Amino acid sequence: MVPAVNASDVLVIGSGAVGAAIAYFCALRGLSVAVVDSGAVGSGTSSKCEGNLLVSDKEHGPELDLANYSLKLWQGELAEHSHLWEFENKGGIIVASQESSMASLQRALRVQREHGIRVEEIDVAELKRYEPNVTDEAVGAAFYPDDSQVMPMLVTAHLMRMASEAGAHMWPYTEVTGLLRSGDEVRGVITARGSFWADAVINAAGPWGGQLARLAGVNVPVEPRRGYVLVTEPMEPKIFRKVYAAEYIDNVGSSDGGLQASPVVEGTPAGSVLIGSSRERGGFDTTFNPEAIGRIATNAVKLFPFLAETRVLRYYFGFRPYVPDHVPVIGPDPRAPGLWHACGHEGAGIGLSVGTGKIISQAVAGEDTDLSLEVFSPTRFGELTEVAA
Amino acid sequence: MSETITLSVDGEEITIEPKRTVAAALMLAAERPAWRRTRFNNEPRGLFCGIGVCFDCLVTVNGEASLRACLIPAEDGMVIETSERGTR
Amino acid sequence: MSKENSVRQKHCDVVVIGAGPAGLAAASQASGAGAQVLLIDQSLRPGGQFWRHASEEHDADPGRWHHGWNTYTQLAKVLERAIGTGRVEHLSGHHVLTGERTGTGLGLTVQPVPELADGVRGLITVEAPAVVLCPGAYDRQLPVPGWTLPGVMAAGGVQAFIKTQGAAPGRRAVLAGTGPFLLSAAASVIQAGGEVAAVCEAADLTGWVPHGVAAALVPSKGLEGAEYISLLAKHRVPYLRRTAVTAIHGEQRAEKVTVSRLDRHGAVVAGTEKHFNDVDLVGLGWGFVPQSELVVQFGAQTRIDIDGSLIGVVDTRQHSSVEGLYLAGEITGVAGATAAVAEGRIAGYAAAWMAGYRVRGARQAAAAQRDKILRANHRAFARAMHTAHPLPAGWESWMQEETTVCRCEEVPYHRIRESTETLSAQEPRGLKGTTRTGMGWCQGRICGAAAICLAKSSGDQRKEQAARAVAKRPLAAPVRLSDLAESRAQTRPLKAP
Repeated sequence: MVPAVNASDVLVIGSGAVGAAIAYFCALRGLSVAVVDSGAVGSGTSSKCEGNLLVSDKEHGPELDLANYSLKLWQGELAEHSHLWEFENKGGIIVASQESSMASLQRALRVQREHGIRVEEIDVAELKRYEPNVTDEAVGAAFYPDDSQVMPMLVTAHLMRMASEAGAHMWPYTEVTGLLRSGDEVRGVITARGSFWADAVINAAGPWGGQLARLAGVNVPVEPRRGYVLVTEPMEPKIFRKVYAAEYIDNVGSSDGGLQASPVVEGTPAGSVLIGSSRERGGFDTTFNPEAIGRIATNAVKLFPFLAETRVLRYYFGFRPYVPDHVPVIGPDPRAPGLWHACGHEGAGIGLSVGTGKIISQAVAGEDTDLSLEVFSPTRFGELTEVAA
Repeated sequence: MSETITLSVDGEEITIEPKRTVAAALMLAAERPAWRRTRFNNEPRGLFCGIGVCFDCLVTVNGEASLRACLIPAEDGMVIETSERGTR
Repeated sequence: MSKENSVRQKHCDVVVIGAGPAGLAAASQASGAGAQVLLIDQSLRPGGQFWRHASEEHDADPGRWHHGWNTYTQLAKVLERAIGTGRVEHLSGHHVLTGERTGTGLGLTVQPVPELADGVRGLITVEAPAVVLCPGAYDRQLPVPGWTLPGVMAAGGVQAFIKTQGAAPGRRAVLAGTGPFLLSAAASVIQAGGEVAAVCEAADLTGWVPHGVAAALVPSKGLEGAEYISLLAKHRVPYLRRTAVTAIHGEQRAEKVTVSRLDRHGAVVAGTEKHFNDVDLVGLGWGFVPQSELVVQFGAQTRIDIDGSLIGVVDTRQHSSVEGLYLAGEITGVAGATAAVAEGRIAGYAAAWMAGYRVRGARQAAAAQRDKILRANHRAFARAMHTAHPLPAGWESWMQEETTVCRCEEVPYHRIRESTETLSAQEPRGLKGTTRTGMGWCQGRICGAAAICLAKSSGDQRKEQAARAVAKRPLAAPVRLSDLAESRAQTRPLKAP
């Protein structure tokens, strides 16, 4: 099955949304591409998340630029595929249920507006027109028309299919156990299925990206940050936008290691409602945390009281690839020439995947990138010795 | 066992033996092989697994939605609403 | 979360989950040894699926629908006495949502079955040093064109209906699939006054020949089979071998059935179609699927049994790979009620022993020996049965592009094929993510067997992974958000041994 020597221009480690997008844009450019994954396509974080394409939770800076750039791709050159991954430009609503949180929401809005995020403050009457079933406790809200949603597993599977159709090769169940080195250079990877040589080895391993970087002796401090999602019984549409509470933005931006929970509630085309969110840092911990589930449920019922009687059919959790400054790590690593990174997107990886894939493909092909890679540089965290891991 | 109980099914009263489950009452007394419509294809559905595993027989009883008709013992005065014409 | 909500404390050494043949035997054995037992069962009355019955006030003679009813009445009497003395608490109408290892034992979350709860709400958390898990099984299904029409049921569902309602859910039936249970279901339909147009058995039954010895070890099974055959003969019911229902027709409900001959590989032989008109009941069953989600939740070791089922691995005392977790009945391999009772007794005894209740003696040793022999003989019989009644490898030959595979999410066959062929969904999890197969209300219980076949998972280890992925249900039943929200502080601590 595996040729004795597998050589390609680009080798992507990880077939999540980010890896698939890189494979797609690289293959489109005519580069030869191989993708390896320790499991099945998209079986990591991409199959255990919600598929958020958000601008509303972004602070100004490189992440917002990448979000806006990605949104243009989703709605531009990828628009013809939108139906395949259930793209919905449904808009997001942040609900404040206390005067104090409304005040901080208003402060955030002003800053966001200055940086070009489209947002409008709406009063309770308007909120009720958007979301008739939302809590009566609401005192005000903000509406973000650009917030969108996709079905993440379909995004990943179709991007990988489109990459394959453009010539990329996918190797599932092919775990990377080591790197092929030549001095500091990274020339390829070693797997149970043999060696894969490549001019550019791209670390798109999501929350496992930190471990992979350590194989090359470089520090990219990506850590897993666990999040639960509850999935309800299917129902007639009762929630029309992505709806979250004002605390959500604070949690996204925080680096707290303990459990944080804030409600994020949205309907899906299939009828079930997805309910998040929680954030916990504690490694790849797979033990059940009833506290997280309980708090998510409590928060969701506060936001949409009718949910109290709704049944949850299942829950799942995934590991967000967290980095301390909440900015993804994208670009070549000068400490290990040949190694590139495209990880650390935390909870925004699905939305940012296509932008990441496109600028990586431009950089690998030696062209100017549409966004500067400088701010995403892997060297910004210092050397490996600094993390006592 | 001559005594009977009465249920309301979508506003119509049916009289049944007290040992019936709601599913059996719908099938045997109301002569309703189906009491739910699927949400994508609008197909009729009724009893399938019969033991609470498949959730095909969902029904609203006394205002509580999404209950498995195969598991509910019928009780006198129960109000049953089907969604045969809805799209649950 | 409020304290006044927290449930009263109980003294309990052994939790038994399920009150079918295995669970009843386990509860009676453990309580007989002196242990405090909490018996959790989702039905109001004990008996499980096998001994499912109406209450006595509604059916004066429930035994007439059953085999082994004497065993049931004995076990039920023991249970009633033990409940009377307070040795057993029977938490009926409750099911277990989650099971996990805690630092000190095994933890469970339990909720009232909403259909039976009568307004009782909230979750209960239980912790115990020993749990005997006897979750039973349900009918395995393969999709067939028209199987979503009302009037098409699981064969086990047909029988459950008759056992509790004393009437058949249709007038004229066709039963189809594989395994001796089809005969039992057909007999029930006749006994309830219905007509059986045909029983379609996919196997050719020559598979039994090499296993004559195994069959001879369990004479009761042979006798039971002979009874059914003679009943069917008396009612002139055709028993069609190497035949399957390959389409069910009707507008708003099942009206007509097409059956076809199968070749050696279980694929449809073209041109052999026959029709049965005026059929309003179709009972389908392809063996049974053990309820394995709690085994997977606990993280216990599993394997694929000879019939393709995911089962828990146990030692001679029915102990799983998880400390304190015992498994008995179909979850250790589908083998019927007699094996389940024997295993339940062995497991109940071992669990009580672990909790510190140690009964020794010649009588006990002899009884244990008998149970081990019963278990071995019935397991050998079950292996022979599974070998003689395999899933037809060629079943996809009767599928049509639009045939529904996942009933909950209405996923048609062609969409699954597109996914496995172009979206690299070569395992059930990928299939689920890309097509929603198994994502609905039943969480893949009905379409799981088909999904595993269609995802083309090959190799034993990959097959087990696929089956575990299908059985991975973090919640064993749906639960209201309000119950999850309020659940956190309600605990029911149990006495350690």
